[in-house]
Amino acid sequence: METFHAEHGQPATLRLERPAEGVLRLVAGGNWRAESLDAVARLLNRSIRAWRNLRVEWDFSGIEAIDPAGMMLYRHSQRRLQARGCRVEVIAANDAWRTMHDLLDPWTPSEVGTGRPTWHRLLTPLAALGRSTVNGWRDLVAFLAFLGESTLVFLRGLAHPLRFRWDSLTRVIEDAGLRALPIITLTAFLIGVVIAYQGAVQLRRFGANLFIVDMIGISVTRELAPLITAIVVAGRTGSAFTAELGVMKITEEIDAMRVMGFDPMHFLVVPRILALMIALPLLIFFADLVGIFGGMVVAHLHLGLSWSEFLHRLQSAVAVRHFWIGIFKGPFFAWLIAMVGCFRGLQVARNTESIGRYTTISVVNSIFLVIACDALFSVILTELDL
Amino acid sequence: MSCVIEVRELVTRFGDNLVHDGVSLCVGRGEIYGLMGGSGSGKSTLLRTIIGLLRPQGGAIRVLGLDPWHLDHRQADWLRRHWGVLFQSGALYSSLTVAQNIGLPLREYTRLPPDLIEEIVHMKIRMVGLPERAAGLHPAQLSGGMVKRAALARALALDPQLLFLDEPTSGLDPVGAEAFDRLIRQLRDSLGLTVMMVTHDLDSIFTIVDRFAVLGDRKVVAEGTLDEVMATPHPVIQQFFHGERGRLRAAGRRHGQ
Repeated sequence: METFHAEHGQPATLRLERPAEGVLRLVAGGNWRAESLDAVARLLNRSIRAWRNLRVEWDFSGIEAIDPAGMMLYRHSQRRLQARGCRVEVIAANDAWRTMHDLLDPWTPSEVGTGRPTWHRLLTPLAALGRSTVNGWRDLVAFLAFLGESTLVFLRGLAHPLRFRWDSLTRVIEDAGLRALPIITLTAFLIGVVIAYQGAVQLRRFGANLFIVDMIGISVTRELAPLITAIVVAGRTGSAFTAELGVMKITEEIDAMRVMGFDPMHFLVVPRILALMIALPLLIFFADLVGIFGGMVVAHLHLGLSWSEFLHRLQSAVAVRHFWIGIFKGPFFAWLIAMVGCFRGLQVARNTESIGRYTTISVVNSIFLVIACDALFSVILTELDL
Repeated sequence: MSCVIEVRELVTRFGDNLVHDGVSLCVGRGEIYGLMGGSGSGKSTLLRTIIGLLRPQGGAIRVLGLDPWHLDHRQADWLRRHWGVLFQSGALYSSLTVAQNIGLPLREYTRLPPDLIEEIVHMKIRMVGLPERAAGLHPAQLSGGMVKRAALARALALDPQLLFLDEPTSGLDPVGAEAFDRLIRQLRDSLGLTVMMVTHDLDSIFTIVDRFAVLGDRKVVAEGTLDEVMATPHPVIQQFFHGERGRLRAAGRRHGQ
């Protein structure tokens, strides 16, 4: 029995002899096993390049042991030598070698495809470009189909409000809304602080300290709070949607629902979309409060604006429509995030790796869509003089 | 008999749940050794302790002369190159193709040239009876039987002396299971492997296993060849081999002889 201590025998060896002109003799020795082949494999790999049109004689009578990897090294070298015009012959071998040779014979390919030609490899980027274009197109078509289906299911659900999944709606609102409050507090407060701080430096130069209130009031409620909240929610909840549905896809739960007649759209997708559309405007409202408070703190400490002055100015300077515009964006952002999250989740294939991939894609997609949507709103609302 | 795997008085416990209380067994060189027992009898747990995934609370284990729980760096390396493990669900790395899965141990543990590794991989693929086109596929694209074969090829990548199989035929149809059993015996005969397999497939026990141990009541209730075990009066054995399925199989066996 081979055990650890007995095993540190000879690694594989190979002696090169030149018994005559044009004849090369390779005398093998030692253990031709996977773990002790490295040196010989490298020697052969290097030397074969220099050999051409020789008669190569292998002598395997001196080896101690050989395993399939050792035999494959011989096979591999033999093929390479033959490709270089050498005649290969085994002039001596012991029983171990012969047994292994006969054993592997049925499984050893007589010819191995020699990789792909260079031009093929040069075309790879083009093929990848084509493939990703086609995939992008298919994604778009599938997304539109998903959009249509979920809208239909939602409308049909309106006709039967009692069949709606209220319990999953409230659970998602709790998960995506309530539990997001700490992180929203932190980010919104810091955004308010940063904006006020940067603004304060500029405004003080003009002695326009009081205008810090206009700046904070409008920028936070109209743009920053909705955008920052949506981005946090996309990273937090959109990714969770993708991962949840993806795991359900892998564990065949989605399939089970389909065969039992529970439409995943109705049970999983629509409640999530609706819940996020309810939760996100509420979160934005909360972010407005915290963001303005952050700005207020800086205005007080840095510009010496008192709390009451700030609030008074806020009421008169900031039209309420800025606030409503910010809240109004919420459901749209939420709809995009939830749609993309669920869509990507249902795209997950049946392997674990694809969960990670689709979760990443989902977050990247939804953040992009949120920003694009925000830009669209800016243009439209400005054109409308709102 | 010298043992390739030796387990003595093993004790395993999860919290208050005592799984093994004094399990002992010995696997000889070149044997196909079965670990049998009902669900929850600790077969897979025993296997996981032997291959070093689960720390036992007491007792001694020796695999190829080494204790898998007390190894220095070199010994651990050596041991892992000399055993192959086939997990129940295959456990192929889903981000790699079949060929990359099989080639991975070779690439990590040896410094053989890449084209030689590729050739070895293709040989292994043929050896376990997979079609050539399987090489470029990802595990998610394979059928259950192909996953098992690919996982076996990966377990065999470094030409181990010792092969651990966790329920190799579970999830395969009877034809596939029989073919897989045959493959394992053929590989044992030709490569001189020692095989330890966890199974509750009676067919495997009757056809390819040389000796086996039956786990029950936290102990080994019987160990030996099929006839030796069948002669044991322990109730667990009676349930296994004298239930309907066992009787059918035993009758078939007598008929065959």
